[in-house]
Amino acid sequence: MTLIKTKYNRRSFLQASTAAGGGMVLGFSWLASCQPSAEQVKAMPKEWFDINAFLKIGDNGIVTIMSPNPEIGQNVKTAMPMIVAEELDVNWKDVIVEQAGLDTKGFTRQLAGGSQSIRQGWEGLRMAGATARHMLVQAASEQLGVPASELTTESGVIKHEGSGETLGYGEVANAAGGLEVPEEVMLKDPKDFKIIGSSQMNVDGEKIATGQPLFGLDTTRDGMLIAMIEHPPAFGMKLKSIDDSAAKALPGIRDVFTINTQPEGIELQWSDNNVFPELVVVVGETTWQTMKAKKALKVEWEADGSLESTDDHEARLASLLSEPADEAARKDGDPDAAFANAAQIVEKTYSAPFLAHNTMEPMNFFADVSGDKAELIGPIQTPEFLQKTVAALLDIPLDNVSIMMTRMGGGFGRRLYGHFGSEAALISKQVQAPVKLVYTREDDMTQGTYRPAYRVTYRAALDADNNLIGFHVRGAGTHGSPVFANRFPAGAVDNYLAENHTKDSKISTGAWRAPRSNFIAGAEQAFLDEVAEAAGKDPIEFRLELFDRAIANPVGENNDYEAERYAGVLRLVKEKCNWGQDTPGVYRGVSAYFCHNSYVAQVVDVVMEDDRPKVKKVWCAVDCGIVINPGSARNQVEGGIVDGIGHAMYSSMTFKDGQPEKANFDKYRLIRHSEAPEEIETFFVDNGIDPTGLGEPSLPPIVAALSNALSQATGERLYHQPFVQEEALLG
Amino acid sequence: MANFNLNINGKVHQVDVDPDTPMLWVLREHANLVGTKYGCGIAQCGACTIHVNGTATRSCSLPVSSVGDKEITTIEGLSENGDHPLQKAWIKHDVPQCGYCQAGQIMNAASLLQNNPNPSDSDIDGAMNGNICRCGTYLRIKAAIKTAASEM
Repeated sequence: MTLIKTKYNRRSFLQASTAAGGGMVLGFSWLASCQPSAEQVKAMPKEWFDINAFLKIGDNGIVTIMSPNPEIGQNVKTAMPMIVAEELDVNWKDVIVEQAGLDTKGFTRQLAGGSQSIRQGWEGLRMAGATARHMLVQAASEQLGVPASELTTESGVIKHEGSGETLGYGEVANAAGGLEVPEEVMLKDPKDFKIIGSSQMNVDGEKIATGQPLFGLDTTRDGMLIAMIEHPPAFGMKLKSIDDSAAKALPGIRDVFTINTQPEGIELQWSDNNVFPELVVVVGETTWQTMKAKKALKVEWEADGSLESTDDHEARLASLLSEPADEAARKDGDPDAAFANAAQIVEKTYSAPFLAHNTMEPMNFFADVSGDKAELIGPIQTPEFLQKTVAALLDIPLDNVSIMMTRMGGGFGRRLYGHFGSEAALISKQVQAPVKLVYTREDDMTQGTYRPAYRVTYRAALDADNNLIGFHVRGAGTHGSPVFANRFPAGAVDNYLAENHTKDSKISTGAWRAPRSNFIAGAEQAFLDEVAEAAGKDPIEFRLELFDRAIANPVGENNDYEAERYAGVLRLVKEKCNWGQDTPGVYRGVSAYFCHNSYVAQVVDVVMEDDRPKVKKVWCAVDCGIVINPGSARNQVEGGIVDGIGHAMYSSMTFKDGQPEKANFDKYRLIRHSEAPEEIETFFVDNGIDPTGLGEPSLPPIVAALSNALSQATGERLYHQPFVQEEALLG
Repeated sequence: MANFNLNINGKVHQVDVDPDTPMLWVLREHANLVGTKYGCGIAQCGACTIHVNGTATRSCSLPVSSVGDKEITTIEGLSENGDHPLQKAWIKHDVPQCGYCQAGQIMNAASLLQNNPNPSDSDIDGAMNGNICRCGTYLRIKAAIKTAASEM
């Protein structure tokens, strides 16, 4: 057991326990939103007692655990409450999970991003459960008149060993809620975990399978109007004039007007990244009527300077790579000398296009602005930042802006940028009614905030004995370089140089699942495969040699990774896939990468069917520390693999004169059923280390494991994504 | 605007809408059945899949005026108690990640199994290729369809 000071986070606990009175309200909202099963209704408590912001206990022992962070499909809504339930020592089946709204006093970091929900929530969630358990035991101790040290807990029951007396949590919850928060509490020893490490079904699984309302787009309210927007058709264009006469004349249309989410003097947050602040808005009674009116709008746009095309982007990135950077992002040893003395130099250039996020649920948000109050409901990864912007835009106090996060039909980084929430608030204020803003797929896909286009050149110097004596990476990207200067193979090569170039663009870009890593891992690990080949070495042994070097005698001090754990996943996947045992007709590729504090190694098996490559199997080893919910964790890993393969193979966003050339799924290719791997097998390293990221890390390395296998199958290396060009696909 | 008497999930719903309104929006905004999802509006993603007389149909591209007295089934009406073998298999295999596309996937799979009770992998690929899952749960969807097929 671990003794932990609650002072670390005590302020939020104390404030949370005084924020009582929500128990009954939350109970009702659960009834309204969840349509509980008959069994659950029977078990509904008559009264709920707040213990802290994270949990409430009913008088019959039923426990409601709040999931503080936004749910975008990474399944934290199941995993986070599991951690609380573990330390609270209750039966998981007695737990009701509810999504918390934004509550900056009760919780910290209510954000979905960077695969950090579990890693950064770990200690606070455990403390919440352990503190509640401590207080329940304390209350039982007072009620039974025995020392707390003589009491044990199991499955929501407090037992006095000596007398055999027992009390359910529900029986002491009221008293416990009134106790002082303890200065310190004991956390469980991980070897005693019962819930953590067990596979538990998605808490919303049944509702999803039966079509219950869960998502932002499902929000409705009496008197609610529908709003749609029209943004410029091209990056670099702005509004010139509107003729709304035809649109306004259509049935059900209430108003047409413009809004600006970035007026002068407003303090913007990082999450307000958006190049289309000025929009034309149509408000109507139903979505279809509003959609038709949007089409009937006659809007003139005008170019505000030059308009960019994909050819320009590619040429400018290539041109940047031909020049050294002004200063090195990292330099070890004497790279120039290493390359001058090399027996063999390998040099390759890789590129990848802009990508849209394409969450299946398009951007949308509900807002009801009335007087100096604003109620917002919808899919948002960064509610805390949206609250600040909305308060500033409406010029109302921060506390008057409430935000409820709905389940999100995908995030992938797109919903970090909450301009649609601000837009909904401004629209509601204008029409003085509750409004749901709905983006069409076309609005969504052409709005921007894309994964940037990237290009990178690698050079490796090998000596006469095929040792890697020099390594050089020079990367360029739209709004930032993709290179992580301190990641592998930095630390494993004596002479190392990393350089960054960045290119401005009118096309807005943002975080897209595993930012930068989603490109650079595929390039780096494909390049290392070619270097291993040039050196005449097995690709896994070649990487392990480098890790051995980084373990025994690391170069430099700021290496971002632990070489032992990196090598560990590579060895694990090597063992599991029987690397080296060749099967005729099966072509293999390997890759390993570290990001979001986790390590992933993958082997892909490709076969050729009718002259087309088919991924038969992916072997995946993951070191993300303690795994909270293994079944669901495997789902995340599988999803990242399918996502990575799909985008590397098929997806891109291109531009002509500033205009996105794809606006819907007829032109924008996403991976489909028949293109997914036939099998994915995932192995987690069991090391008891505190948990790290899992939503993103399986995506970046798969791009190279795939391309390395494809090159074995076809004899041709792949350098430029998407690997399958659309002409070939459609032709 | 015009009145339509629609047979949805075994009940008659009277709606007063523009005749060109797609069934997707009729279901979501006039019948209060939001399980059917908007994804693309052009029958390319499958999120809006419903059954029309038992056949999987993209409701985003189906004008209400063309429905007549045909039987419409949505995810809410696929089974009375949410216990269609596919729904049970979806839960058993813990299929969803974000969950948004899954109602459409289930409805499409239900139509597949009605026509082909024991689909092969390539039958499943062929029938399901029009349903995009952006989270990449394709392997679990296939496993769940096979489980449901074995139990039907």
